[in-house]
Amino acid sequence: MDNRLIPLFAVLIWCVSALAAAAIDVRAAVLRVDYPTLLPISRYDLKPDDLGFAGAVLGDEDNGTTGGFLGHTYETLQVAVPPEQADAAMDQILADGLRLIIILADAADVLRLTDKAAEGGALVFNATAPDVDLRDANCRGNLLHIAPSRSMNADAVAQFAVWKKWGEWFLLAGSNPEDTRLADAYRRAAAKFGAKVVEDRTFEDTGGSRRTDSGHVLVQRQLPLDTQDVRDHDVVIAADENDYFARYLSYHLWTPRPVMGSGGLRPVTFHGAHEAWGATQYQTRFEALTGRYARPEDYNVWLALRVIGEAVTRAQTAEPDGVRDYALSDEFELAAFKGQKVTFRDWNGQLRQPILLYDGSITVSVSPQDGFLHQVSPLDTMGLDRAESSCTAFE
Amino acid sequence: MKRVLLSAALAALIAGPALAGKAFVSNERGNTITVVDTETWEVITEFPGGNRPRGITVSPDGTKLYVCASDDNIVRVFDTSTYEELPSLPSGPDPELFILEPSGKRLYIANEDDNLVTVTDTETRTVLAEIPVGVEPEGMGMSPDAKFVVNTSETTNMAHFISTEDYTIKHNILVDQRPRYAQYTADGSRLFVTSEIGGTVTAMDIAEDGTPTVVGKISFDVPGVQPEWLQPVGAKITSDGSRLFVALGPANRVAVVDAQSLEVLDYILVGQRVWQLSFTPDEKYLLTTNGNSNDITVIDVAAEKAIKSVQVGQQPWGVVTID
Repeated sequence: MDNRLIPLFAVLIWCVSALAAAAIDVRAAVLRVDYPTLLPISRYDLKPDDLGFAGAVLGDEDNGTTGGFLGHTYETLQVAVPPEQADAAMDQILADGLRLIIILADAADVLRLTDKAAEGGALVFNATAPDVDLRDANCRGNLLHIAPSRSMNADAVAQFAVWKKWGEWFLLAGSNPEDTRLADAYRRAAAKFGAKVVEDRTFEDTGGSRRTDSGHVLVQRQLPLDTQDVRDHDVVIAADENDYFARYLSYHLWTPRPVMGSGGLRPVTFHGAHEAWGATQYQTRFEALTGRYARPEDYNVWLALRVIGEAVTRAQTAEPDGVRDYALSDEFELAAFKGQKVTFRDWNGQLRQPILLYDGSITVSVSPQDGFLHQVSPLDTMGLDRAESSCTAFE
Repeated sequence: MKRVLLSAALAALIAGPALAGKAFVSNERGNTITVVDTETWEVITEFPGGNRPRGITVSPDGTKLYVCASDDNIVRVFDTSTYEELPSLPSGPDPELFILEPSGKRLYIANEDDNLVTVTDTETRTVLAEIPVGVEPEGMGMSPDAKFVVNTSETTNMAHFISTEDYTIKHNILVDQRPRYAQYTADGSRLFVTSEIGGTVTAMDIAEDGTPTVVGKISFDVPGVQPEWLQPVGAKITSDGSRLFVALGPANRVAVVDAQSLEVLDYILVGQRVWQLSFTPDEKYLLTTNGNSNDITVIDVAAEKAIKSVQVGQQPWGVVTID
């Protein structure tokens, strides 16, 4: 079979079939802001150069295969910049005529860049920022969130703890502002699902290098001391977004208990060993294309492009308003290797999605857990529900 | 339970002396094939089926069993009476489901990982063609006149109508999310495609020349079951075209649908995570594979009732029957 014949053939089909639609060339951009950060505790968490971009390559390929039957093409620009060049990069993307933009950046940058994109009439997909505020008081009508919020992640962990009947928590939070916000999300989750934070402590970030020749010796002596004299608890919940202590906790606690949150069992959108619901096929396609395992950032970017692809395929539009309206409509649904369709919350633009609970090697469980019910969708038991959100940009 | 057994016995009595047929069940996790006597519903034996056996079918004469050994990247072949393994067939990578043409010569195999449908000659054991299709090809159906093979692609969400004459796609029809299975009526006038994540079954009327037209969509509703768990997977139609049975995955039910009016008539409670279906050759019984309860459910087709369940291997996936 001559593969070169296929596109030509596809065009012929498109001319005669009931699917007839105008040819659309879909152009999107991924803008990644690279912040100076310390090395991760584990080398496995070193960020690959193509983080996120690899998901765009697969997204274009998957969308392009479907598009081949419909006369649609997909091309996604990849831009990585340091924070001080982020605004200029957004200006350039808009000047290049791109109006579908996926951003990997911190909340403050996402917000500023989204407002800039709004002036150009562009639609933005937030692929990484977990801040609840962006889905609440600071939401934007041109901003859809693929990344789950801190409260969705915390609720996912909390539901698992409650399902396990681990109702008494030792909350150990880092001292950085993001850690505090994450700890707040866990406190809210505990209250929401009937768990109790019996011990609430801060683990000071004193800075310093992560890479030493025999760091584990000190950690082994120190951490048990730091975690003693704690009220009886079932589980340790760690809130450490900067990756400076949570990964050490599992085998170094004074009282041996399971760890969840930023260490131990972690909430993620995806990981390279997830195989359920056909995900193996995603993994093998991704690995063949990139030569490495998929990260949550890659999956989130891929998912954003699949949202765009669905709008193009089903609603024949690649216009920012058209994609947004379709994504928020009742017609929209997308299979995402999570066992059920993912959809958007039409009150704040957040993607409803199951959250994987990952121990560093396998999918241990998936939230929402059995028995957590909701009048609209069990997925809405995680994160801000309609009544809790003060977002008005989507009204 | 007693009543179920009694009605099974009664059904057997009314049926009179039936031919001792066999059902072959592929056990995805157990890496085995379970053989079940379809008269006594006893397990005859269980034999190794290769790594991750899923799609399963038999030759038209009932002598050869074909199994998609997904993790071995081949189609394994077994003798249906001795269970001896015969030379394998090339399948392309990660074969999941396939369909054998009525003559038994060509096997059309969906390769999930490569966006291909592979056509294999069962006699020469060679690959005749590789046909590029949408992302994650899965379901395979064949028109009764063997002129069209329908492949469903799970991420592209289309049914691709492939001509068996020149191996090119003649029609593409968009369906709902994650289409899993394609099933023609015996007279070839209608085709049903199940969409697992979309939760629907798309019905198409098929013209004389094979051209499909979407005529309706079937949705499901079971009180007390969350709508997201109503996930249509396997489907079978009675040969008179009157009844469509649809396996609803984690809803643990098989829907009974009027295949003409598309009205859902009933839901039959079966085992957990019901996946694929197969009629016995006389169409008296419909067997379901239940992946999470490691059993098959036997449904009395005329009564539209489940009459028995039979424990098989680990995570049964596919099922096929012979006389």
